[in-house]
Amino acid sequence: MDWPDGIFAQFKRADIRQVGYVPDAGHSRLIDLCRADANVRDVLLTTEEEGVALGAGAWLGGERAALLMQSSGVGNCINMLSLIRTCRFPLLMLVTMRGEWEEFNPWQVPMGSIVEPALKLCDMQVTRANTPDEVESAVAAGIEQAFGHEAAVAVLLSQQLIGRKQWAK
Amino acid sequence: MGKVMLARRAAIAALLAMRRDDLFVVTGLGSTTWDVASLGESERDFYLWGAMGGAAMIGLGLALAQPRRRILVVTGDGEMLMGLGSLATIGIQRPKNLAIVVFDNGVYGETGMQPSHTQAGVDLLAVAAACGIGARLDVSDAQELHALAERLAHFGETLFARVHIAADDPPRVLPTRDGVALKRRFRRAIGIAS
Repeated sequence: MDWPDGIFAQFKRADIRQVGYVPDAGHSRLIDLCRADANVRDVLLTTEEEGVALGAGAWLGGERAALLMQSSGVGNCINMLSLIRTCRFPLLMLVTMRGEWEEFNPWQVPMGSIVEPALKLCDMQVTRANTPDEVESAVAAGIEQAFGHEAAVAVLLSQQLIGRKQWAK
Repeated sequence: MGKVMLARRAAIAALLAMRRDDLFVVTGLGSTTWDVASLGESERDFYLWGAMGGAAMIGLGLALAQPRRRILVVTGDGEMLMGLGSLATIGIQRPKNLAIVVFDNGVYGETGMQPSHTQAGVDLLAVAAACGIGARLDVSDAQELHALAERLAHFGETLFARVHIAADDPPRVLPTRDGVALKRRFRRAIGIAS
């Protein structure tokens, strides 16, 4: 599984300096890469909306930030996204999806199933990568949109990318 | 309680009386936004009209991005309570250039003076301590406020201060509410060519 390395390569290419995250199994490799890089500040959050505000602050100070979460975290962000829309801050949100492919936990379904319409209601651009070879280009395009045009972008990473094996330890 | 409380407008004026050019300010929704605006609108201030609970985290992102500038977040107890987790997040980052000052009057002033958790005993200074923020000041009179104002000119570690203010309700002073304009103006002031 090397798509997280592809995302990280795009982070480095785009000079993303702050990465906010709530720990997530699907993002674990990417989180490790960020934590290991001295030029990327990894910011462990208690809730995802903190990362929305963090990214706005980073942009006010001239830095680029990214925000990693799983689909349940999207619901935590909704009101804070008004900051992004009102001020037209760039936002790059990478969301690993739960509650869809081979989900064994029904509690993940209510939020997972409304991520896309919820984000669109918040005026965010939403793209999705279903296979490993779609990920890096989707993230590259998201970076261009977010920081080139001060847009709010979410890239949804399908549960199929993470696979079943990841959930059984 | 039982002592004379600081009036918020006098407190903000004293807090920023010795403001240096390298101090950039983020204000929390809503009374602290009007307080800072009462000193005259500054391009080095980012005024929040919304995003309740986000002021401290905006301050963190800004402080990490601008390590050579000092960043001051001025917010109220209600706004801080909504983002209480951000004190845990800031407590493990501890940027040297971030100060958070909470104007604590124990009420939600914008919505009709309903009591907040702090009035019922929740201690924001103790929360900051428990989150690992070592430099803390509890401010309840003019002398302590003066000491905090001086500290803002040269602090070199994450700072958390609680300023006990009276639950008064001075007339609102409204800054620009165009978020895009505020963002652009602030970025220009901090030296980013956009």
